[in-house]
Amino acid sequence: MKRSRLAIAVAVAILLLGSGAVQGQQTPIKIGIVYSFSGAGGTAGKEFNDIVALFQKQHGDTIAGRKVQIIERDDGGIAPDNAKRLAQELIVEQHVDLLAGLIFTPNAMAVGTVSTQAKMPTFIVNATTSGIMAKNPYMSRYSMTATQVTIPLAKYAYKSGMRNMYVIFMDYGPGIDSGTTFENTFKGEGGTIAGEIRVPVTAEDFSAYLQRVKDAKPDGVYIFLNASGSGTTFLKQAKTAGLDKAGIKIFCSGDLLTEQVLPAIGDAAIGVISTMNYSGTHNSKMNRDFVKAFEAQSGGMPPTFGGVGVYDAFQAMYKVIAAQNGQVDPDKTMALVKQLKFESPRGPIAIDPDTRDIVQNVYIRRTELKNGQLVNTEIDTYPMFKDPTEHP
Amino acid sequence: MILGNLLYIIFSGVAYGVLLFLMSAGLAVTQGLMRFANLAHAAFAMLGGYLAVTLMNSYGWPFLLTLPIAALGTALFAGTLERLLFRRFYNVSQLYQIMLTVGIVSMSVASVTFIWGSVNQPVRMPSYLSGSIQVGNFDIDVYRLFLIVAGGLVVWALIWGIDSTSFGAKVRAAVDNRRVTSSCGINVDRLFMTAFFIGSALAGLGGALSVNLVGLSPTFALDFLAYVLIVVTLGGHGSMKGALVAALLLGVVDVAGKYYVPQTGPFIIYALTVVVLFWRPHGLFAKA
Repeated sequence: MKRSRLAIAVAVAILLLGSGAVQGQQTPIKIGIVYSFSGAGGTAGKEFNDIVALFQKQHGDTIAGRKVQIIERDDGGIAPDNAKRLAQELIVEQHVDLLAGLIFTPNAMAVGTVSTQAKMPTFIVNATTSGIMAKNPYMSRYSMTATQVTIPLAKYAYKSGMRNMYVIFMDYGPGIDSGTTFENTFKGEGGTIAGEIRVPVTAEDFSAYLQRVKDAKPDGVYIFLNASGSGTTFLKQAKTAGLDKAGIKIFCSGDLLTEQVLPAIGDAAIGVISTMNYSGTHNSKMNRDFVKAFEAQSGGMPPTFGGVGVYDAFQAMYKVIAAQNGQVDPDKTMALVKQLKFESPRGPIAIDPDTRDIVQNVYIRRTELKNGQLVNTEIDTYPMFKDPTEHP
Repeated sequence: MILGNLLYIIFSGVAYGVLLFLMSAGLAVTQGLMRFANLAHAAFAMLGGYLAVTLMNSYGWPFLLTLPIAALGTALFAGTLERLLFRRFYNVSQLYQIMLTVGIVSMSVASVTFIWGSVNQPVRMPSYLSGSIQVGNFDIDVYRLFLIVAGGLVVWALIWGIDSTSFGAKVRAAVDNRRVTSSCGINVDRLFMTAFFIGSALAGLGGALSVNLVGLSPTFALDFLAYVLIVVTLGGHGSMKGALVAALLLGVVDVAGKYYVPQTGPFIIYALTVVVLFWRPHGLFAKA
């Protein structure tokens, strides 16, 4: 008798606990992701998943008692219609609370219209063209703009003694933006432009361009090329063509020299000056821990600026969800986004309340060989630099 | 100085042309034999590149030793594809052939991204093939010199093979008239298979040789597709010499255009194509 009473008591206790757990369990907070997991962004997809896994290992997968559910959709590369359709599906069918992702500008623009109509806070992790934010009041950006990193490089080039520079850039939207920004800033500092070449997207052999640069005898050359292809080819051919022996310094955007691409370039990368919002060797405790933890997560692959953008977008989302105690309201979320200011592996970052765009240190780096490994060493910093072309 | 510039441009352009020739020669012959529009030929070149890079980076093979393996591996893969897939499409309209082979190009880009990732492949040349020799004002790239010499040998062997062997004679006969050739008791199907095998091996070799010069990423097949087609069209279907002249012309004009009039971008090689085709609609060396 006694035993059966005990058994009933235990059973009741279990039932009560169980129902209590059911009562405490709320619907999950859903974060919709539109990102390029396949196509040109193939390796970015792996890095994205590694970053999210690492982030949730460090920060948990519940906020204010609610589980965070991440729903991923693959836009497959530059495909604005696709990205837009996926964003609509996430909002209408999956009832997501927040959207994040977006590597390519055309995709970000297309998702922007959906985000505005649905009042859906959207956290951009890459898409670096200026002007996306002004049209889309529910978007905020955690990467950079090409203009934001190009202006400091042009200023640094002049400061470091360059007076006459050649400019080579790929003949498409971002290339033209970056090339002309460099030219205008450099001329504004007092320098002159020795020449300009707009390289067709299909260019494979740069020997003729390199000879043209050598003929012009400039102090240096600024290049903006495709990070996954022509940039590497250019730097290797520049080394063989003897640009360094001719005393012509190479300046470029840091996406040509990410920690993942450097081995393909090899010695030809040594001495190149680049500009970026992140370097794997950034000297802070947070970054050292971040690099170590990420490499353990990814199986030895180092993190890049792309991964840091994803990490910081998640930092931002977790912060604004926690501040609302797990209840996500679009307008409250945006008000909180505008006050964001926190530490990233890249250094301190903040969201500009007027433009919802990122404000961060821009680092000038020199590629060096250290302990047998190619690294980007920070040699100058433009602190808390804002893209001056962005306006509310 | 002006003459020196011109010589340098020709040197760079010829080296580039040799690469284009290796990548297109096989297509010129098989196109002439079977009228099969094989756009996947550039994907074979890409495969050769990845084979060479993998052997070097993962297995530590010396560069020169990877070349024959890249050629052979590519030929085996392409030959299998031909037996299993392509031969079923020889008698259908070219539209279907193009759909099929463009599909294969897309699949090759996706597969290569899946296996090797989308970043440019690292490749380190042995010291005797890197660096440059200073000649006057110019840095003569040792690797380009090697390309010209090695490519020259392959070209010589090919032209000798087509002109002076019985296999070459059969190929020439079949290009001129397939029906009469096969009625003479020559097995054109087998002939084609052999030519396809050799052509794919050349593409694989060209791909392996091009990595150090132009880099290797999954879009390689698409980047070089236009060049390969221009070479075959300009040269005339079925003509090895035509492909050689067209490839060298394209290489030199491309480099010269970039040097003298860089603002025209890729326009200059397309202009060349249009002008040549106006003058010789079936290509430089096509039989009327």
